[in-house]
Amino acid sequence: MITLEHYLVLAALLFSISVAGIFLNRKNVIVLLMCIELMMLAVNINFIAFSFFLQDLAGQVFVFFILTVAAAEAAIGLAILVLLFRNRGTINVQDMDAMKG
Amino acid sequence: MTFELVLFYLFGAILLGGALAMISVRNPVHAALFLVLCFVAAAALWLMAEAEFLGIVLVLVYVGAVMVLFLFVVMMLDINLAKLREGFTEYLPAGIVVALAMATVLVLVITRYITMDAPERAGPEYSNTEALGAILYTEYVYPFEIAAVILLVAIIAAISLTQRKRPDNKSIDPGKQMAVSREGRVRMVAMPSEKKKAPRRGAQGSGANAPDSKDGSK
Repeated sequence: MITLEHYLVLAALLFSISVAGIFLNRKNVIVLLMCIELMMLAVNINFIAFSFFLQDLAGQVFVFFILTVAAAEAAIGLAILVLLFRNRGTINVQDMDAMKG
Repeated sequence: MTFELVLFYLFGAILLGGALAMISVRNPVHAALFLVLCFVAAAALWLMAEAEFLGIVLVLVYVGAVMVLFLFVVMMLDINLAKLREGFTEYLPAGIVVALAMATVLVLVITRYITMDAPERAGPEYSNTEALGAILYTEYVYPFEIAAVILLVAIIAAISLTQRKRPDNKSIDPGKQMAVSREGRVRMVAMPSEKKKAPRRGAQGSGANAPDSKDGSK
């Protein structure tokens, strides 16, 4: 029988893997965006699991809104990425030092 | 071990394996494809948790639209892969340590404090889409509208960010077109009327017309 722990442990492992991905691919903005998508997937799995085990549809509604905002974020993020590559010719994070921060 | 649990472990293994492959492959195109694999496995898990509508939405919207957008951008940009891979092995120990610490703490907390068995499965007459729609359009109708506006903002932002003026584009700026005045286009010149000159060489009919039309335009 699947328990709530199964889903939560799976989502926790997925979240940890995506954190490791952010550490490993810290130069490549595209893969960083993908790791953020993976993190949101882990959070959504938690929401879905709680929604099922507590028999409350509010969790699924929340996942619906997270998916909407994540799609908007991905579209704008990739547009900024294209613009960055057109102006600077690179997507390396370390080359984005125009503001000397 | 029930068949349900076997399915859960199968899709969970695919999900975690896809995630591990995604963060470690060299090519961003392969990373995007592994991310698609993760999403499909997660959609299967969501179906098992009676979130059928969101499982299908994940495949349709995420795999069908967002990941295709990712792939499009990855393939459009001409990226120097070797430079972006620099420092991968350098950061590998730190990444593994942080991920292991985080996973350990989370798993310890979850397994120690949370225990909850699955509720009764819904019958065949239960429709997840119907139930979700029933509360989405009543209780959550204002957040739903706001989500629609957020999507509109994303569309406008993405288009206006990536649109660029091409130098060889011959299209006319409508603002300039509207601001044209009569004085900028037509100049009235007062001059005495002229008599039309007789053509000098009658033999060259076509050649004689050209200077005539030139005079007429002045």
